[in-house]
Amino acid sequence: MSAITSPLFKDNARAALADRQLQRALSEVPLGLAARRGAARAGLPEFEALREIGRDIKNHTLAHLDLYLEEFERKATAAGSTVHFAPTAEDARQIIADICRSAGARVVTKGKSMISEEIGLNACLEAAGVEVAETDLGEYLIQLRGETPSHIIAPAIHLTQDQVEADFRRLHTGLAADRQLVEPSQLVAEARQILRSRFLAADVGITGANFLIAETGSSVIVTNEGNGDLTQSLPKVHIVLASIEKMVPTLEDVSTLVRLLARSATGQEISTYTTFSTGPRRAGDPDGPQACHVVILDNGRSELLGTEFREVLRCIRCGACMNHCPVYTAIGGHAYGWVYPGPIGSVLTPALIGVRKAGHLPNASTFCGRCEEVCPMKIPLPGLMRHWREEEFAAGGTPLTYRLGLAVWAAAAKRPRLYHALVRILMPVLATLGRRAGVFRRLPVARGWTRHRDFAAPQGRTFQAQWAEHKAGVPR
Amino acid sequence: MGGSPTGCPRVGLFVTCLVDLLRPSVGFASVKLLRAAGCEVDVPTLQTCCGQPAYNSGDKATAAQIARQTIAAFETHDYVVAPSGSCAGMLKKHYPGLLASDAAWKARAAAFAAKVHELVSFLVDVRGLTSVDAELEARVAYHDSCSGLRELGVKGQPRQLLRSVRGLQLVDMSDAEVCCGFGGTFAVKYPDISNAIVERKTDNVAASGADLLLAGDLGCLMNMAGKLSRQGRAIAVRHVAEVLAGELQEPAICERTRAPA
Repeated sequence: MSAITSPLFKDNARAALADRQLQRALSEVPLGLAARRGAARAGLPEFEALREIGRDIKNHTLAHLDLYLEEFERKATAAGSTVHFAPTAEDARQIIADICRSAGARVVTKGKSMISEEIGLNACLEAAGVEVAETDLGEYLIQLRGETPSHIIAPAIHLTQDQVEADFRRLHTGLAADRQLVEPSQLVAEARQILRSRFLAADVGITGANFLIAETGSSVIVTNEGNGDLTQSLPKVHIVLASIEKMVPTLEDVSTLVRLLARSATGQEISTYTTFSTGPRRAGDPDGPQACHVVILDNGRSELLGTEFREVLRCIRCGACMNHCPVYTAIGGHAYGWVYPGPIGSVLTPALIGVRKAGHLPNASTFCGRCEEVCPMKIPLPGLMRHWREEEFAAGGTPLTYRLGLAVWAAAAKRPRLYHALVRILMPVLATLGRRAGVFRRLPVARGWTRHRDFAAPQGRTFQAQWAEHKAGVPR
Repeated sequence: MGGSPTGCPRVGLFVTCLVDLLRPSVGFASVKLLRAAGCEVDVPTLQTCCGQPAYNSGDKATAAQIARQTIAAFETHDYVVAPSGSCAGMLKKHYPGLLASDAAWKARAAAFAAKVHELVSFLVDVRGLTSVDAELEARVAYHDSCSGLRELGVKGQPRQLLRSVRGLQLVDMSDAEVCCGFGGTFAVKYPDISNAIVERKTDNVAASGADLLLAGDLGCLMNMAGKLSRQGRAIAVRHVAEVLAGELQEPAICERTRAPA
């Protein structure tokens, strides 16, 4: 697993807000993705109906997940694949390392896979002496830099174009000094040249899966670069790494979900490549791997099935929630401190690494509700973040000063007569103190507020105090 | 409905704690608008806050206790109306869930939720108001507060009524539907992130060319007005009800001196 810095969320966020390069990157791409999603949604009148169908497909699958996992295993095995169930990240790493070892792998290519980030696969393979080549452009860029993805579909969204150019000039030895690397197409061409050699050298190709189809034993990847296709068809061994909730019952279900996925993710009607693969190369196939393994990871997910958090397992990883999140678009993905950022991460991360470590994440939300509004799977993300806050509060994890403040406020709010007697005295005093300026520039009890903004002075007597007189006929 | 002897619907005003404590003029503007829309207005004294600070901090027990207290205070009213999408959303959308496992309160919470409305949408959608009798020379940007917009569908109603205010010009503001960064306790728990979000908002407000910013939620308004004030930007901020009711005697939010009439 990659290092967890979620407990340092506040520091991470502060650093991100002060990082001008990052802020420049964040001011463009996520908002552009959000705008394109809006246009695509507007162009599909049945989008809302599709969301409901999509939600129902996933709910049904999750309710019978054991049956569909077994069905998938049967069908995939019949197609010639080997299916491995990995209860933990360690199990998954072990299974994949063993497959690579028996294949005698020296070079492994990878399509984009967040699950491989979750289980920390690259470090494990590299420790075993295997060269790992990320082939998704964004993943390749961050691999060069020794970073982790900051977005689930656009892993290098935190980088600007000039950073990429600088990295290439620094790390691509043999690059002519006068080589033009200004246009995106020139950068892509440069990366492609390097990646070609890795594709051809690879002994094993590892991809994730957007969907696993129970009725056929197939896996589906949705990409825009075609790198996933080369990753899975050129080497002699293909490994699919996916988590249990990627399961759907039928091909028909996939055709519904991809309509939602592409539009929600990038605003495309359909991604450039939607690739279905079922088992290894058959007799007569012109290409394809000689062996195919499907590694299905649980890593704590099945424990969510019986809880209110099961809804998060509907996620199809489109990233729309982050592109529309005021917090994510302000601080970027790395501040969240683990693999999954944004609203979906704020719900999923506490489930996977524990709410003690990830407690900040579900708290750092304004509950603006935009994530739920755009989620193609209608996951009630703010509600689930609130559930984490409830679990944290019940476990005594809420910070003591905050708890204390809340208790004082609650003691008054639960006693209306006492409450009104207190504020009737307090507010006119505050109003008198603030009257001249109209605002408080510094309030000791709300330092976080007045560090950045003024606090409006109250008008004077409370509404209830004035209303009592108004009712009695005293003119205001 | 229409429980009063006069045949007018009897509305219980849920004042909201922020209006009660900080800006009572919004409460009086609400009363004026409700009366103009043919309602009899009552203000129960056994109300305090909607309970969101507890609810959103994970303290469900306190939130449920406040929910019961609020429901009991408004049991005899035909409608419960709040000058806040956030508080109305809490009363309407979250109380039933909070009390769902409480056999004695489940039905009461559902009946209560059914009669809760946000002020401006109540005036337009329930009372059929299409215009108000008010006048104000101003270029106005309207910010859609999140809960009102997404939980209650408040979007067209305030704009419809604002268009009927003589002299008032509504201007378009980019990202009017994007959060202002308030988020209740969020603004205090994560002040730096909140600040980054509200800075984007006030940039959009300034870019719109408006000289007056309106919204339907005092929390968001305090946040945006506080930031505009700190930035020294000369843009007034008020609750939409003040403008619709023509109740503009009080200085705008964060304003130093009384606005010229």
